[in-house]
Amino acid sequence: MTTQATTATLSNMSLARRAWEIRRKAVRMGEVQGQGYVGQALGIADVLSVSYFHALAYRPDEPEWEGRDRFLLSIGHYAIALYSALIEAGILPEQELETYGTDDSRLPMSGMAAYTPGMEITGGSLGQGLGIGVGMALGLKAKKNPAFVYNLMSDGELGEGSTWEAAMSAAHHKLDNLVCIVDFNDQQADGKSTDMLCSEPLADKWASFGWHVQRVDGNDIAALVAAFDVARNLKGAKPRVIICDTIMCKGVPFLEEREITHFVRVEADEWQKALAVLDANRPE
Amino acid sequence: MTATHKYDPHRKWEARMPPKPGEGGRTSAMIASLAAEGYDTVSAPFGHALVEEAKKNDRVVGFTADLSKYTDLHIFAQAFPERFYQMGMAEQVMISAAAGMAREGFIPFATTYAVFASRRAYDFIAMAIAEEYLPVKIVCALPGLTTGYGPSHQATEDLAIFRGLPNLTIVDPCDAIDVMEAVPAITAHEGPVYMRLPRGKVPSVIRKHCPDYKFELGKAKLLRDGKDVLVIASGFMTMRALDAAVELEAQGISAAVLHCPTIKPLDTATILAEAGKGNRLVVTAENHTKVGGLGEAVASTLLTNGVTPTFRMIGLPDQFLDAGALPTLHDRYGISTAAMITQIRGWL
Ligand SMILES: Cc1ncc(C[n+]2csc(CCOP(=O)(O)OP(=O)(O)O)c2C)c(N)n1
Ligand SMILES: [Mg+2]
Repeated sequence: MTTQATTATLSNMSLARRAWEIRRKAVRMGEVQGQGYVGQALGIADVLSVSYFHALAYRPDEPEWEGRDRFLLSIGHYAIALYSALIEAGILPEQELETYGTDDSRLPMSGMAAYTPGMEITGGSLGQGLGIGVGMALGLKAKKNPAFVYNLMSDGELGEGSTWEAAMSAAHHKLDNLVCIVDFNDQQADGKSTDMLCSEPLADKWASFGWHVQRVDGNDIAALVAAFDVARNLKGAKPRVIICDTIMCKGVPFLEEREITHFVRVEADEWQKALAVLDANRPE
Repeated sequence: MTATHKYDPHRKWEARMPPKPGEGGRTSAMIASLAAEGYDTVSAPFGHALVEEAKKNDRVVGFTADLSKYTDLHIFAQAFPERFYQMGMAEQVMISAAAGMAREGFIPFATTYAVFASRRAYDFIAMAIAEEYLPVKIVCALPGLTTGYGPSHQATEDLAIFRGLPNLTIVDPCDAIDVMEAVPAITAHEGPVYMRLPRGKVPSVIRKHCPDYKFELGKAKLLRDGKDVLVIASGFMTMRALDAAVELEAQGISAAVLHCPTIKPLDTATILAEAGKGNRLVVTAENHTKVGGLGEAVASTLLTNGVTPTFRMIGLPDQFLDAGALPTLHDRYGISTAAMITQIRGWL
């Protein structure tokens, strides 16, 4: 039941290469529509690589497999990133990428459980994933299922009261099978997260809410691997949070240097340029 | 319970056919325009109107929950940075704080998307604002079906939610002029208001058809007379009704259009007078589920007053809607001009 279906069979490709593949697919999807939350996808690609190719147990051809680790995308607008990871993981067929964001596609702009295999919940109304994660973690424990629940959330979601209700709840219920990943890209819709609600000292906040806290460079694969290992193997009846400091548009320097906004502007001719930049830097 | 105990999801993806390779890329779900062809547009009418109002009234302040740029409130924030409060993505405290500031004598305009005000912040609006009859003006972008992002962003039941709330005035403007004239009107109104907001480049529709039109809070206005059908509409469905009326006239059908931008309190006198005239088919048209919106409000007004014309409703179905391009979805769910014409012709 706890077979690591992924790591054993798929890991002859490096995690850096997986992250690169995820980035490349996200850019290709962005090109299909001429827009998309590609800045977020490039920033979170390393986290998704480590999630899907190091930490999670799942069966690509059986997305509802009872023994799978549950990965919740609370941030529905990051769907473009998760679709890339799901394609890379073999859960979605690669050619479907061309349908991204088109009418009746299974890959809509905002992630929804009813549309996409491997998309556990309908996120997008931000601040809901962690609470659902609490319930799934309780449910798994009630079923004596040793799987983990991962909830990927954003720094913007730290503003929602529901996030902290869920955080208290998870600690109260001693959910050692719940791992929360916070993408701290210092960006929200209206501007920088650090200019909005003072989230710092963020690690201390989570710790004082009863969580085991790690804060890592979310674009450093070795650091992520270590953090995920600690989160999984830790003894102690606490939920675990990994705060990941990421850089939006990571891996495409000309976009990284651009004025970063929630919806990064990419000109029509820049998608190919972005792919060329990636292709020139393909890891083994 | 056993280890195989499993949530049995209602998973539509099993039934969804993946589009064939090469067939993708046709219609972008990003297309969020209303298909308002032939009209001039005004940029950010709400933001500019609020700046004008704030120059005259120093009680006016602005609040947002990480959506100033997407509700045109950034225009106000630039003009009056010291009167603008960025609350972060925290709709509930935004509403509570707006209530608190109103208690101290201010007139807060609080903005977010319609889904997040009506769903997440509802209890806070009900108790901190409506029950206390405080002058907070809740102004929300993406009302009804004005985004293709799917149910998380489609506020298809915001009017139904808010109509049940005592004390709350509800405004569903059609166009840029409506928005600009509604801002001073709702500021002057002493109680709480929920206003649906067309934002960005907003078409200027009504005066093109009806040059003397003026927005008046609480009043429905006959924009055009006609003898076969009376369409009672709000929001951008008034634009659809006007466009449909022009088209129907060419097809020999004479349609009247009654614009009803104040949903609550409803202008029952005008509605009863117009619906009682002649022997016209009466049709309501709203950018909202047919449950609990303008259509049912009009129906109950007519029935309880013994006015019983043939009556039909145009609006969204009682379901969570698809993601997709707005023009596709407006056609699919019957609120495009073409779909409106087809429905009206079918009923005559
Ligand atoms: C409850 C809720 N409020 C507001 C929004 C609108 N919204 C969509 S994304 C976003 C910014 C949220 O911050 P974050 O996820 O950190 O943004 P990003 O890093 O992608 O720029 C907002 C306010 C939403 N989707 N849900
Ligand atoms: Mg962010």
